[in-house]
Amino acid sequence: MLKKLDELVKGETGLIKKVEGEGKFRRRLLDMGVTPGATVYLRKKAPLGDPIEVTIRGYELSLRKVEASLIYVEVSNGGEK
Amino acid sequence: MAEKEKITVALAGNPNSGKTTLFNSLTGSTAHVGNWPGVTVDKREGTYKKLGRPIHIIDLPGIYSLSPYTPEEVVSRNYILDEKPDCVINVIDATNLERNLYLTTQLLEIDVPVVVALNMSDIVKRNGDKLDSKFLSDKLGVPVVEISALKEENLDLLMAEAFKASQTSRVGKTVVENKEVVHLVNDIKIAFKGKGVENPLFHAIKLAELDELEVAMHPDLIEMVKEFKESHQDEVFGDDFEALVADARYSYISKHYSIALTKAKQEKENSKEEKLTRSDKIDKVLTHKIWALPIFVLIMFIIFHVTFSEDILFIGRITAAIQGVKFDELELIKDPGWIRFLTADYLTPIEDLAPINGVPSIGVILQNHFGFCTGNLIEAVRGTFGGGFIGLGMESHWFTSLICDGILTGLDAVMSFIPQIMILFLFIAILEDSGYMARIAFILDRAFRKFGLSGKAFIPMLTGFGCSVPAIMATRTLEDSKEKNRTIRLMTCFSCGAKAPIWALLAAVGVYCGYDGGIFVFSIYLIGIASAVIFALFMKLFSKDQYVSPFIMELPAYHLPQAKNVGAHLWEKLKHYIIKAGTIIAASTVVIWFLKSFNWNLSLGMVDITQSMLADIGRVFAYIFYPIAPLEGGWAHTIGWSGGEGWMYSISTVTGLIAKEDVVATMAELGLEEGTIFLTVEGVYSFALYNLFTIPCFAAIGAAHGEQKGKEFWLTLLWWFLMSYGAAFITYWLMHFCRTLPGLGYPLLVVLIGGVVASGFIVSHRQKKANMEHAY
Repeated sequence: MLKKLDELVKGETGLIKKVEGEGKFRRRLLDMGVTPGATVYLRKKAPLGDPIEVTIRGYELSLRKVEASLIYVEVSNGGEK
Repeated sequence: MAEKEKITVALAGNPNSGKTTLFNSLTGSTAHVGNWPGVTVDKREGTYKKLGRPIHIIDLPGIYSLSPYTPEEVVSRNYILDEKPDCVINVIDATNLERNLYLTTQLLEIDVPVVVALNMSDIVKRNGDKLDSKFLSDKLGVPVVEISALKEENLDLLMAEAFKASQTSRVGKTVVENKEVVHLVNDIKIAFKGKGVENPLFHAIKLAELDELEVAMHPDLIEMVKEFKESHQDEVFGDDFEALVADARYSYISKHYSIALTKAKQEKENSKEEKLTRSDKIDKVLTHKIWALPIFVLIMFIIFHVTFSEDILFIGRITAAIQGVKFDELELIKDPGWIRFLTADYLTPIEDLAPINGVPSIGVILQNHFGFCTGNLIEAVRGTFGGGFIGLGMESHWFTSLICDGILTGLDAVMSFIPQIMILFLFIAILEDSGYMARIAFILDRAFRKFGLSGKAFIPMLTGFGCSVPAIMATRTLEDSKEKNRTIRLMTCFSCGAKAPIWALLAAVGVYCGYDGGIFVFSIYLIGIASAVIFALFMKLFSKDQYVSPFIMELPAYHLPQAKNVGAHLWEKLKHYIIKAGTIIAASTVVIWFLKSFNWNLSLGMVDITQSMLADIGRVFAYIFYPIAPLEGGWAHTIGWSGGEGWMYSISTVTGLIAKEDVVATMAELGLEEGTIFLTVEGVYSFALYNLFTIPCFAAIGAAHGEQKGKEFWLTLLWWFLMSYGAAFITYWLMHFCRTLPGLGYPLLVVLIGGVVASGFIVSHRQKKANMEHAY
């Protein structure tokens, strides 16, 4: 099932399919390892619900929901209800 | 090959990979390190002396890739490409191999010798994992050394390898294997070689990625690149070469690094079963949905309570409440031995020691004792000098006055707060080094963004708790220039270390003015942060631009604060504080002494303070500040030429332009200290907030001038002045009305808060719209 990264629930893991956005912003995401084919795990959301923290390529990355909504992932498993 | 004359080695690597720690270990410096990305914003130079000959070392700002995103990253890229170091040491955080190697694959494309330093390899070993550096070295084609910059392990070996490498030359190599990409890159490379471009492979790949800097440099070749891309359609990526190249690098890394790194236990199969590391457990609490913000506030409170409170754990206030007596009249401790120990009052005869009403915090006790020592030391000097002069008939000579009433009094005021300031910085250093500061940015991002600032802007602001100068320079990490301007203007809301003596002094006089010192200082810091949010909102409300820059930030792992880092940080602070006291502050005490001792008519000789030049100048400022706090017990109270205290406070804030410690030094020279300051609570707060928000010291003004040009810089100065004047004015009158005319004061307070909340909604609504437009 294809979802936007910001729609993932805590504890869900997914495979990145597509990274939208453009210019420097997209370049930065790619450089930080957010590339199609990478696995992301949604670790948690900040106390106020935004930004979110994901584990990707073995480290912790924080990004906002607005930014995460440009990343499409295929959910592979997990998640708390 | 002939040996090169001067050898230069550059340290390059991801942010927070430990380059500065390595730099400090190699060169014996104590440059500031912190556990968050982006502490270093400019390059730094030093020398490594342990090899037969000096080796020049350059510490570069951290970068994730050679396609720079922020200005400080451009510094790193340009240095490596243009200055051509003899060798690049690529510092890698071995606990995060995958992403760190991404930069390595790019560095290898440049025609420069590279040595890879696997930093924090001790932590990898401690986790029970194993690194095969030999295998990595074979794959990458460059030497790989396992080191620990912090524990100084294998540094000599690393430098020996770097020296060896610096004597050779290397031709760039790429790990990208994709056929189409390689084809295109080769075509561009040939064109570049024809043009005589250096590092053709590197530039060719960047041009293929349509890197902004590269496109600007070679507009002539863009057509060729575009044509090629249109003719080759990859199945997976289409003509998305950017993703293709990034993916090629990461695939190469994951193919090999998994072999190089053997995890101790079975790789976690399922994220649900993920073993909770200690870092995770701490994190769960500190960034908890509900508790994160209260915990942050509590931590701040404890820090200030332990450092500044005269009534630890509020034992005195609680006892007073239970016994039904006034706190001021409570006699909690009557034993003279304890009183002497806690207050360091060794001069009052033991039978005359007055009982005290609370147990002072550790910071206050230390300050009492330290103050006693410096006070006596200065008395001794005064006695020696004064006595000597009296013998010579010089007791009222200007020279005696210069030494005793000028320099010594001023310096005493500044030096006596050293223990409290050191304790405060100890806590801040621990928070920084542990990784908690970066989480604060994560926790507060949403709250800040509602008010038009990103959590990323919060990082330079946190630096501002130490010193505004590096903090203002750190705004370079903000890619949006408007956000950068806003952040610089808000910087004074974050109380720098040099302002701490002012708070310490006002905390100490709380006994006379009716408040607890610890709560006072805590509230000043908290009001500072809250005001930053409100001022940010205010700026946003009148700005057309509502866009907030992205917040893509690495969150560093927590670790126990390292005694070495914290110690180095404290030592650096102490050194800086003492050097500043001995130079700029000592010099300004002389100037202030001169102005306070003489009239415009110098031939009159020394005059009374109220007739001095300083009093005249002070009175001019007192007129300017008059509306802020004009009532009895307000700091701008009494104007006119007849005297009064208003001008003394006014001139003290003005001397703060030289250095913020000068505020306290000037007050001491004018006789304003513990026991002679009798302000009302609103007087104290408006004086404190004026000093907090106002134009910072000349050094920070210079830093702002370096970051902002022309009109923006002048606007910043104006903003600082208006912000402090307005805040001090509103605080004074609001508190005054709440105290004396509650019927007017509280409704005003409600209107004010309502206004802030309403503007918050307006800004947040506009922003949502703007960001939607921006994203799509």
